[in-house]
Order: sequence, then structure tokens, then C-alpha cells
Amino acid sequence: MKDTMKLEFTAVSANEPFARNAVAAYCLRFDPSLDELSDVKTAVSEAVTNCIVHAYAGGQYAEGARLVCISCTAEGDTLHIEISDRGRGIGDVAQAVEPFFTTAEEEERSGMGFTIMQTFMTTFSLDSAPGAGTTVRMSKRFGRPQGEAAPRGALADAR
Amino acid sequence: MHVSAKMSGESLYIFLEGELDEYSARRARQEVDAAIEAHLACRSVVLDLSGIRFMDSSGIGFLIGRYKKLKAVRTPLYLSSPDLAADKVLSVSGIYSLIPKL
Repeated sequence: MKDTMKLEFTAVSANEPFARNAVAAYCLRFDPSLDELSDVKTAVSEAVTNCIVHAYAGGQYAEGARLVCISCTAEGDTLHIEISDRGRGIGDVAQAVEPFFTTAEEEERSGMGFTIMQTFMTTFSLDSAPGAGTTVRMSKRFGRPQGEAAPRGALADAR
Repeated sequence: MHVSAKMSGESLYIFLEGELDEYSARRARQEVDAAIEAHLACRSVVLDLSGIRFMDSSGIGFLIGRYKKLKAVRTPLYLSSPDLAADKVLSVSGIYSLIPKL
């Protein structure tokens, strides 16, 4: 049987800890390891940060329209998460998911958000178009042996 | 986020406690930069992460920013004592090639 949970909140950074901790609390039904729980919290934090920092930047939005929606579904041993906004969307999705790519380097952004989501979750996909908002879909299968994350290359830009 | 600092020999040790995300990174930046500016004569800076309970890529951006500032004045930066979760984020991002772990 599928079981779902939905959250909707304003895209402000004060809501980040709330969002990742709410999803972590939902995950307790899977009896997760600390490592698995930490992976999910980090991936959720990355997706929510993108909504807060990028999705509604520079646009005119009605009061109450800057929203982030998180939808979780528990199915067997797997958590499915959808995190979406109704913001400006992404023009070049392939470029956006490249490690170290950022549109806001002057703000000390690492450009590693999507890489971390891809590395820490079992599946990851990104659906976005200019003006149409962005939806990140991720899943985590619990109870599987955890592989070591492969270290990435040097941070060439910062050298 | 709580930041404290102390000199040990010629090294400045900065201790971070709390969660390092987009929400807390701005304050961490201000307080860590203030600690560094108050100890400009130090030979190296060590960021002690043992009190960090959560970190995401906003923390990586924060670390790269401090690395660049210190590199401009030729002061090496090191990381110390991340927990397993922070170490995973740091390893995936390749940050140790810029900022070695002690």
C-alpha cells in the first residue's frame, strides 16, 4: 500500500531545517540507518536550497506565491520524494546538473547541489523548463548496503 | 551556528557548532571572517568541524570562500574532525584537494 505526505511552505531559508527534518521524521517508518537518514536529509536540503536561492530570484511573484512543495510516498522499502516550485525554471538542465556549475559563484555557491542529490539517493531526475517551475524527483531504497561515494576531481576554479 | 576561536602556537583554531546550511552560512561567514581578521598574524587556520551536526553544499561554498580569502594572504587552511555525514559531503565535493583534513 502506498502512503503519502505533503508539505507546502514559503521559499525562505528559515524553512530549510524544518523541511529536511520533517522528511527525516517521515523516513523513520523504514527504520533507516544513520547514514541513510543523513543522505536523505542532505538531498532534501539541496533541493529546497535551490528553490529558495534560485527558483524565485529576480522575478515578480504575488504575495504567497513563492512556495516549495514536498511530496513523499512510502512504497515497500522505498521512499519517493518530489520537491517542486513554480518559479522561473531552468533553461539548460544538462548544464545545471554538471558538478561545480553555478550561476551565482559570487555568492560562494559550490555548484554541487545536484551532484550530491544524485550521489546520495538511489534515483534522481529533474524536470524543468523556463517559466514552468522545477520538479526534482528522487527515491531512496532503504536497507541496502551503502557503497562508498566516489571522490570527485579537484576544484579547478578555486585553485 | 556558534563560532569560537583560539590561538594555539601560531595556528588559529576556529570551532563551528550547529548546522551549516543556506540558512546559517551567512552568519558563519561573518563570524569566521571576523575571527580571521582579528588574528591576521597567524601562520595557519584550522576549522574544527566536530560540532557540526549537519552540512550540505552551502557549507562547501562557505569553505571555498574562506579558502580563497586565506589564499590571497598566503595562509593555509585545514579542516579537522568532521563527523561521518559531513565527511561524506566533503569527500564527494573533492574539497580535501584544496583544504586538507588534519
